[in-house]
Amino acid sequence: MGMTITEKILAAHAGEEKVRPGQLINARLDVVLGNDVTSPVAIKEFENLGTDKVFDPERIVLVPDHFTPNKDIKSAEQAKLIREFARKHEIINYFEVGRMGIEHCLLPEAGLVLPGDVIIGADSHTCTYGALGAFATGVGSTDMAAGMATGEAWFKVPSSIKFIFKGADFNPWVSGKDLILYAIGQIGVDGALYQAMEFTGEGIEALSMDSRFTMCNMAIEAGGKSGIIVPDETTLTYVKGRAKREFKLYQSDPDAEYARVLEYRTKDIEPQVAFPHLPENARNVADAGDIKIDQVVIGSCTNGRIEDLRLAASLMEGKKVHKDVRCVVIPGTQAIYLQAVKEGLVDIFINAQAAVSTPTCGPCLGGHMGILAKGERALATTNRNFVGRMGHPESEVYLSNPAVAAASAIMGRIAHPGEVKK
Amino acid sequence: MILKGKTWKFGANIDTDAIIPARYLNTSQPEELAKHCMEDADPDFPHKVSQGDIMVAGKNFGCGSSREHAPIALKAAGISCVIAPTFARIFYRNAINIGLPILECEEAAEGIQEGDVVEVNTDTGAIKNLTTGAEFQAAPFPEFIEKIMAAGGLMAYVKERTRNNG
Repeated sequence: MGMTITEKILAAHAGEEKVRPGQLINARLDVVLGNDVTSPVAIKEFENLGTDKVFDPERIVLVPDHFTPNKDIKSAEQAKLIREFARKHEIINYFEVGRMGIEHCLLPEAGLVLPGDVIIGADSHTCTYGALGAFATGVGSTDMAAGMATGEAWFKVPSSIKFIFKGADFNPWVSGKDLILYAIGQIGVDGALYQAMEFTGEGIEALSMDSRFTMCNMAIEAGGKSGIIVPDETTLTYVKGRAKREFKLYQSDPDAEYARVLEYRTKDIEPQVAFPHLPENARNVADAGDIKIDQVVIGSCTNGRIEDLRLAASLMEGKKVHKDVRCVVIPGTQAIYLQAVKEGLVDIFINAQAAVSTPTCGPCLGGHMGILAKGERALATTNRNFVGRMGHPESEVYLSNPAVAAASAIMGRIAHPGEVKK
Repeated sequence: MILKGKTWKFGANIDTDAIIPARYLNTSQPEELAKHCMEDADPDFPHKVSQGDIMVAGKNFGCGSSREHAPIALKAAGISCVIAPTFARIFYRNAINIGLPILECEEAAEGIQEGDVVEVNTDTGAIKNLTTGAEFQAAPFPEFIEKIMAAGGLMAYVKERTRNNG
């Protein structure tokens, strides 16, 4: 019996020839990541350990992105703690405001995470990097602390679910976000609990890297331990020029064993919107009904990449955001921001009367930069629509792709992009 | 370890934003986090909960973010143990790592009502509903996880291991 890509990567990092689902292993880590919410707890734990050295200062990445630029004094204190830790341990991959981006947009862009890696991050959306053909999973602060000290982490080898998206015949305005919302809608928010989600098929092969990141990013919203896509030419083109160290490409064996195999026809998938208060409440945008909105957020680790901004701008060009809507656009990194400036996308957003922000997780987690009042409703390209996620416990968040978000910003209600642009 | 406490019951898919909303994550002080524990699900919860109480919930408890602040907030609020049919995986790891006992048991999660007094043996996974007399058995932890818990959490375990290696 063969192995899945996930099993192969974990076996290689555990020094084993073969691993099986359920097996407990200790794996070598290529990258350990933390942000401004999780790192302070990890740093405290690390310092209690009584060791004065991190396992490898080049393999630790610290990105204060959640409450930065510091939103208040408490956030400033947390950010300071991380900055001082980075200086003390000479962590070169510490990203200060101005160089910072949303961690899961930034790490792949900077070539810090690569195919074949094992990555832990004290952030649940660390699963994003599976799009490169890596094993990447979110952990808590204590795991991060142990990882920083030892360069290792324990894992239970997950079983895998294979998702096959048959056909590359996409409906108009459908992107990776719709494929993943559709899949979560099918299996539920615990449909992949403890498991690896392997995305395959012509539909996936046809996807851009940006859309692949979006899909793997939301594996956690189905309870998944990781999302993964076998690397191909698209992956190699992306990694080329970014990678500064060696990497390895893994494939799943044809006779690899899967806990489940789920097949969807790409052409059956329409633009999706997930209703409050769970990502599994996905429906076709066409069936959403008349839902007025107060705010639109275009950005986040899910959809803050250049393709996302291009898509949104293509709908907003020459149009105005609806008078009753606040539209906030947040490029994922400084490089994406600059690219958007160069391409004239920022001109389009500002002319459309949208607010364009420096990179931050900000509103996605109800941190800052667009908090909702009681009774308000937002449509966001983010990843979670839990109760109170973007502000008041009695506010609502709907999730969609950037084209739907841009069209809705213009219409003042949840709208299909086809209503704005034929 | 034998734990005994009054239970609080919550539904399925209790996410980490419900356990501790992100707006309070600009601090990691356990006592500060405890003041807001579960407040979006039940605004009175931080005032009602007492030391040693047990939380019983539906499937996929702790889904969402990786914030260790979630089990920290529950523990600091006084919760001694959480019983649910399943836990989201990062929450599961975090709870073990910080030493908050969790038990996976669907029958207990269904058979216990809010306010029942429950006794839990975290070593054997035996759960007794002292109010109704019903008894349940949770799935035991893998041996490796038992080792982490016996050491007093992941950091203590790592400390032990680095000492042995050094």
